[in-house]
Amino acid sequence: MNGTPKIIIRNLNVSIGKQQILRNINVQVPENKITVLLGPSGCGKTTLLKTLNRLTDLYEDVNLKGSIIIDNEDILNTNSDITMLRKKMGLLSQRPYPLPMSIFDNVAYGLRISGIRKKKILQEKVRHYLEQASLWDEVFDRLKDPASKLSIGQQQRLCLARGLAVDPEIILADEPTSALDPISSQAIEEKFMELKQNYTIVVVTHILRQARRIADHVVFMYLGDVIEQGPAAEIFSNPKMDRTKQYFKGAFN
Amino acid sequence: MFRRLKDKLTKGWMIFCLVVVILLPLFIGVGLMVKSSLLLEKHSVWNLLFTSSWQPLEGKFGFLPFILSSLWITIIAILISGPVCLLSAIYLTQYAKSFVLKIMHPVIDILAGIPSVIFGVWGLLVVVPVIARISPFFGSAGSGYTIISGALVLSIMIIPFILNILIEVFRAIPEELTESSLSLGATRWETVKYVLVRKAFPGIISALGLGISRAFGETIAVLMVVGNVITIPHGIFDPGYPLPALIANNYGEMLSIPMYDSALMLSAFILFIVVLVFNLFSRFAIARLERFY
Ligand SMILES: Nc1ncnc2c1ncn2[C@@H]1O[C@H](COP(=O)(O)OP(=O)(O)OP(=O)(O)O)[C@@H](O)[C@H]1O
Ligand SMILES: [Mg+2]
Repeated sequence: MNGTPKIIIRNLNVSIGKQQILRNINVQVPENKITVLLGPSGCGKTTLLKTLNRLTDLYEDVNLKGSIIIDNEDILNTNSDITMLRKKMGLLSQRPYPLPMSIFDNVAYGLRISGIRKKKILQEKVRHYLEQASLWDEVFDRLKDPASKLSIGQQQRLCLARGLAVDPEIILADEPTSALDPISSQAIEEKFMELKQNYTIVVVTHILRQARRIADHVVFMYLGDVIEQGPAAEIFSNPKMDRTKQYFKGAFN
Repeated sequence: MFRRLKDKLTKGWMIFCLVVVILLPLFIGVGLMVKSSLLLEKHSVWNLLFTSSWQPLEGKFGFLPFILSSLWITIIAILISGPVCLLSAIYLTQYAKSFVLKIMHPVIDILAGIPSVIFGVWGLLVVVPVIARISPFFGSAGSGYTIISGALVLSIMIIPFILNILIEVFRAIPEELTESSLSLGATRWETVKYVLVRKAFPGIISALGLGISRAFGETIAVLMVVGNVITIPHGIFDPGYPLPALIANNYGEMLSIPMYDSALMLSAFILFIVVLVFNLFSRFAIARLERFY
């Protein structure tokens, strides 16, 4: 473990219907670092990510056991408002899904939901977060255009901006560059490197080279189990488990 | 050799059938127009559509009572079933367990398959007496055969039709959009209100448009409960006489009166145009609005 843990997952078991998806997961996610979830397709990375902000609640017949502790609160067994809890975490999905509204309104959405109405404050914040996501220069003259008109790469940065706008502490990203061209991918990667000073970032990726570039901490999963985890340098240079070695050699891809 | 010929013949037939299907509405439209031209030569369109005196024996054909009846009934029916369908579709696709939707699908299909005369009978037995009971409170004589009775029966009839489209519209919205909105701190209802309904907006418009075109032409069930009195309805508790009923009640009976059959053809033509316009509009709306959202 390097650094203080922001998220502590203890004995997490997730099943959907009769199918067990995650088995006895124990993971610590260090604060202000980039943690990368690695593993072959179908091993449960997306599910783990969604469990972290309780989007698994949307599934039918889902059964969660164990605990996920964030800021001393077990979010799986809590009485506090899940909506507030989700706001702590920004989500970036595999493909960008801009909300069906203008560029401006996409970023302002979370702010308005949380009660900010003043036009001036909204404008300032929208500008600030669009700058944060390195999108402002490309869109400042067409904020009223529908977000769907942006390119995919721009849309993904817009999704980042709207996620940052609700002031989260954690960023969850599920293969955030898989739909993007190399240049847009690089922009997102660089953004993450920059953002980790202020945020705790969890990234799912299939791209080993990307993982090597950005990871501080690595969690390797296989068929619903966590096989190995630790500081990136250690895991990449000296994986202990056979499965991890095989995966790095490209055995599962 | 023979097989190739057979292949060619089959293909020829298919194209022929396709062409027939495509040309059919055109032929019907043109046919109706030709048949109603007799009346259109004698009277101005304005006169026909916006006067209310209907005395065929004297050669007076004012369609306004029929047009207004049809409009009233259709608009009220949509106002009733639109919100009902919208809320049901949202509940079924966003809140209910998936087995509920699985049960509802055949139920909706059955509802859609009930012959309209049965809805008419239901209207006669249930809706008309109830309306007769309550209409005195609204300052009306109270036969029960009123615009609102027709609209109620009609609204039930078009529910399965609109609901089916709306369910498909909401199901087509990607799950990730909901997830995005939730992760930005919205509640489920805020997500529905600000994101999903917006995303579904083109679909909602076209569902309602298709519902309207369906409702406007519905004949028998409405005819059984609206009273069929030729006056301009001044309220929803007045009787009415919608266009389709005019055709169904009179065609084949009073054709000895000069121009009468031409007048009925004109009402059919009006129906045809309205249905066509709403259909086209609905499809156009989808294509047009989807580009924006
Ligand atoms: N809603 C669901 N209902 C039932 N099973 C599901 C559901 N979502 C995921 N699963 C199953 O859970 C397992 C893990 O899926 P998950 O999407 O978490 O994998 P993943 O590691 O993200 O894969 P990928 O790299 O392909 O995205 C798979 O076997 C999948 O079939
Ligand atoms: Mg995945």
